[in-house]
Amino acid sequence: MRAAGSAYLGECALITAATNHLLAASGEDGGFPIPSMGEFFPAPIFFEGTVFEFNRMTLVRLVATAALVAIFWVVTNRARLVPGRAQNIAEMGLDFVRVNIAEEILGKQHARPFIPLLTTMFFAIFALNITGVIPFLNIASTSVVAVPLLLAVASFVAFIYAGIKAHGAFGYLRTTLFPSGVPWPIYIILAPIELLSTFVLRPATLTIRLMANMLAGHLLLVLFFGMTHWLFLEAGGALKGVGVITLGAAIAFTVFEIFISALQAYIFTLLTAVYINLSQEAH
Amino acid sequence: MIKATVIAAGEGEVPTGIWLFIPPDYDILWSAVALVAIALLFWKKVLPTFTKILDERTELIQGGIAKAESAQAEAQEALAEYTRQLAEARAEAGRIREAARAEGSAIVAELRTKASEDAARILENAQRQIEAERQQASQSLRTEVGALATDLASRIVGESLADSARQSRVIDRFLDELEASTADQR
Repeated sequence: MRAAGSAYLGECALITAATNHLLAASGEDGGFPIPSMGEFFPAPIFFEGTVFEFNRMTLVRLVATAALVAIFWVVTNRARLVPGRAQNIAEMGLDFVRVNIAEEILGKQHARPFIPLLTTMFFAIFALNITGVIPFLNIASTSVVAVPLLLAVASFVAFIYAGIKAHGAFGYLRTTLFPSGVPWPIYIILAPIELLSTFVLRPATLTIRLMANMLAGHLLLVLFFGMTHWLFLEAGGALKGVGVITLGAAIAFTVFEIFISALQAYIFTLLTAVYINLSQEAH
Repeated sequence: MIKATVIAAGEGEVPTGIWLFIPPDYDILWSAVALVAIALLFWKKVLPTFTKILDERTELIQGGIAKAESAQAEAQEALAEYTRQLAEARAEAGRIREAARAEGSAIVAELRTKASEDAARILENAQRQIEAERQQASQSLRTEVGALATDLASRIVGESLADSARQSRVIDRFLDELEASTADQR
C-alpha cells in the first residue's frame, strides 16, 4: 500500500506536469476543444484578493454542503423508530460507514470515538464529489487541493491522536518507527522509511489520490462532452458520426464518475480507519 | 465555446508546480466552512439521533422477545395449573360420586328398617285393637247374658207353672244356652 502510494504520487506529479504542458501547447486555434487546468481555477466572483474570495468552485462546494445538510437535517428531524423510505436510505448509508468501515476495521470498542469523523468524511467527500456529474454544477470541488488536504489533515490528526492515546507519545513513536521483531541494524533504514511513509506519505497520498481522481474524471468528462459538441456542430461529413461514439463514452464516463465519487469517499474513509487501527495496534 | 458554457465565470489564475498542491487561503477558509458545517451536522445532530433510534429499536426488539418469553412461560404455568385443577376436579367428582353412592345405599337401608319397623308397629296396633275389641265384646256379652238370665228368671217366675214338663224344658234349654255361652267365652 505504501509503496503503491508513493509510486502513485510520482505518477500523479508526472501526469499533472504532462497535462499542463499539453494544455499550454494546445493553444487557442479555435478548433478541437481541449479542457485546461483553468477549469479548476475559476475567476473570483466576490471579495477578490481577500481571504473571503469567492469563486465558482466555492459556490459549488457550498451548494453541495447546503444540500447534504438540508437532506440530513430533514431526514433526522423526521426520524422515527419505524423508518420510512428516506430514513431507510439514510440509515443504510450511516450503517455502511459505522459497520462496514469503522467497526469492521477498528472493532466495536475502538470504533466508537471515531465514528463521527469517519461518517463526516464519507458523506462530505461523496457530496463534494458528486457535484461533478450534476448538471449546472458540473465540477467536483474535491478536484482542487483544499478539501482533500483538510480532510487528510483531519485523518492525520486522528491517527496520531489514536496512537498517542493507545501508547503514549513516546510509545507511539517507538512502535511506529521501530517495529518489534526486526534485527536492530535494519532500523537504520527502516526508521526513516517508516517516518516518511507514516507522517508524510499517508496524508500526501490521501490528498492526491482524491484530488487527482476527481480532477482526471472532470477532464475526461469535459473532453468527451466537448468533443461531442465540436463533432456534432462543427466537424464536417462522416466525422459527425464519430460524435455518437464520444457521446456514448461521455455517458459511460458520467456513470463511471458516479461510481468513482462513492469509491473515493469509501477509500478515503477506509484508509483513515486503517491508519487509526495501525496506530492503535502495537507493531 | 465549451468553456463559455461550463465555466460561466471564466478562468482565474492557474497555479503551476507545487502550488497546485498548496491551497490559497480563501480556498482553505471556504473548505473549512463546508467541512465544519458537515461535521457539526453529523457529530451533533445526525449521529446522536440515529444512535438513539437504533438503541431504542434494539431495546424494543429485546423487550418484545423478553415479553414473549415471559408470556409463554406464563401460559405454560397456566396450562399446568389448569391440568392440575382438572385432575383435582376429576378426583373430587369421583369422590363425590362414591360418597353419593354410599349415602344412597345408607338411605335405602334406613328406609327399609323404618318400613319394617312401621309394619311391626302397625301389626302390633292392630292386634292390640283386636284384643281390646274382643275384651269389650266379652264384657258386653257378659252383661247381656246377665240381663237375659234376669229376664228368663222373671219370665219363669211370672208364668204359671202349669206344665212341669215345659218347666223342665225351659230350664234345660237355659242351662244349655248358658253352658254354650260360657264355652264360647273360654
